[in-house]
Amino acid sequence: MSDSANDSTPRGAPPPRAKVVVRGVHKFFQKKKETLHVLDNVNLEVGEGEFVCFLGPSGCGKSTLLNMCAGFESIDKGTIEIDGQPVTGPDPRRVFVFQEYGIFPWMSVWDNIAFGLGNRSFEEKHTIAQRYIDLVGLSGFERAFPMELSGGMKQRVEVARALAVDPDVLYMDEPFGALDSLTRLNMRSEIVRIWGEERKTVIFVTHDIDESVQIAQRVVVLGARPGRIKTIVDLSALEHPRDIDSPPYLAARDELYEAMGVSTRIGGK
Amino acid sequence: MGCFVTAFLAVAQAAGQSAPAAAVDAPAEAALQTAAEIAAGRGYGAAAALLAVGVVCMLLARRMPLRYEAWGMPISLTIVILALWDAAVVLSHSTIFPRPLEVWNAAVELARSGRVFGDIAASLFRVTWGYLLAAGLAIPTGLFMGWYTRGFLALNPIVQGLRPISPIAWIPIAILWFGIGDGAGVFLILISSFFPICVGTTAAVRNISLVHQRSAMNFGVTGIPLFRKVILPAALPQILTSMRLSLGVAWLVIVAAEMVGMESGLGYLINDARNMGSRYDLVVATMIVIGLIGIVLDFLIRRLERFDEVRWGYVKQ
Ligand SMILES: Nc1ncnc2c1ncn2[C@@H]1O[C@H](COP(=O)(O)OP(=O)(O)O)[C@@H](O)[C@H]1O
Ligand SMILES: [Mg+2]
Repeated sequence: MSDSANDSTPRGAPPPRAKVVVRGVHKFFQKKKETLHVLDNVNLEVGEGEFVCFLGPSGCGKSTLLNMCAGFESIDKGTIEIDGQPVTGPDPRRVFVFQEYGIFPWMSVWDNIAFGLGNRSFEEKHTIAQRYIDLVGLSGFERAFPMELSGGMKQRVEVARALAVDPDVLYMDEPFGALDSLTRLNMRSEIVRIWGEERKTVIFVTHDIDESVQIAQRVVVLGARPGRIKTIVDLSALEHPRDIDSPPYLAARDELYEAMGVSTRIGGK
Repeated sequence: MGCFVTAFLAVAQAAGQSAPAAAVDAPAEAALQTAAEIAAGRGYGAAAALLAVGVVCMLLARRMPLRYEAWGMPISLTIVILALWDAAVVLSHSTIFPRPLEVWNAAVELARSGRVFGDIAASLFRVTWGYLLAAGLAIPTGLFMGWYTRGFLALNPIVQGLRPISPIAWIPIAILWFGIGDGAGVFLILISSFFPICVGTTAAVRNISLVHQRSAMNFGVTGIPLFRKVILPAALPQILTSMRLSLGVAWLVIVAAEMVGMESGLGYLINDARNMGSRYDLVVATMIVIGLIGIVLDFLIRRLERFDEVRWGYVKQ
């Protein structure tokens, strides 16, 4: 598996049109006197309208890579281009969905969702905000404050806030990590449904193998220390809604377990 | 419960003997009579009786539902402390230090003469204006220092250098610049409130979570909207906390300032009471008034912490 680590040509069907292109990207963090080599020669193309997962163990550099794509972290070596333009900083056309803590606790649901809508007229803001409030199923909670909402509802606000500015790309960093497992399952279905309706390019970071098989079209598996692409698994042949008992699904899941170097049997040696 | 209410009323009534007693029924009048006799007799009886009442109330309070115990306990403990205070004065044969009842009489005297209200108004006037001016200057300064690193580097050493100087040390300068009067008081409160609010606001802005900063950056929100919608509201809970602390400090400082350099206000009243024939009963009564007003001020500013716009900052996520 490791021999394909620095392979610059991704496997799987060629994406429709390259939206995000990562070329020869490295990242170093200075820790006291040590230099931490966090990302090592990452090469990747994400197609327009594609749903891609970054999958890897904690600390392998998934968030760092996503933050670099979003323009929050500097790129030490290599380039990241979106629509052919190098990324130099954050941009409202590409919106980041944080774990539930990204929304503003001092604003009502409505104000949070309208936050990115700038100088539009109130009527226009209202129409847009209401559309996304309905889309994520929060009708009736417009005036509620985040502290009055459950974790799952907060995460819906965060997704609606991102979608309201009609971005081309959604970056999601373990967005459902803080939710209970039942809510998490629901949120996965929701995000796939919304992706189906809005056709955004989605890059979704997770360390959960099952989560990645349930939602992604392609899964980019990252290894740790230094973080590099181990392999890329194409799941676009699995139609949504996915039957998590079907043989192709199970085969894809086993392939990812193997790529992550984990056994599919619990309790064995 | 009823037991210490009657006892309290009796003591209170006895203290205010000169007050025109409104229609009081026979048993209450009898209780009043006894309490008055106990109070009048300069012996240990009064203290012992009060102590007994306090202890009984405490025992009763312990058996009450928690809701009442929360009131019952502090009230009975107060009665016990009053009893011990009374006993201590009696035992020491002090003729200067007042007994609780004498303090109560002094408080009534202050209220009757109306003088105390003028002094309360004078103290509150200075605190209000000094405090509002301080907040008006310190919050923008703190926002600026918190957000702009250059501003922080330039101003922080000056703020940190001036902050440890006790506001009391500024009194001579305040009098030099503003003379004896409200101006000096307002200035001293301004000095004492400015630094805590400024430092608190700076820290609040520097503590804004990275995720919220990145959210704002991501949506391209900058300049005035960034301050209005993100920086100020994110910092508001901590700003409010620093304002609450500094209001407490302002109330401490104004009394000290009035004792030294002013001719009205509660601090001046304390000094005046001592100078006009060691009226320590008036001194202690005024101290209690100061304490009560401090509690009211704190209560009022705490009400602000309930608004949805800041409440999130005080609940654990
Ligand atoms: N700002 C930083 N300074 C120093 N080290 C960092 C910083 N951010 C991340 N790291 C280190 O980089 C590695 C990758 O982090 P991260 O991208 O957050 O991992 P993941 O999201 O895959 O769990 C970790 O070892 C982490 O300690
Ligand atoms: Mg991470």
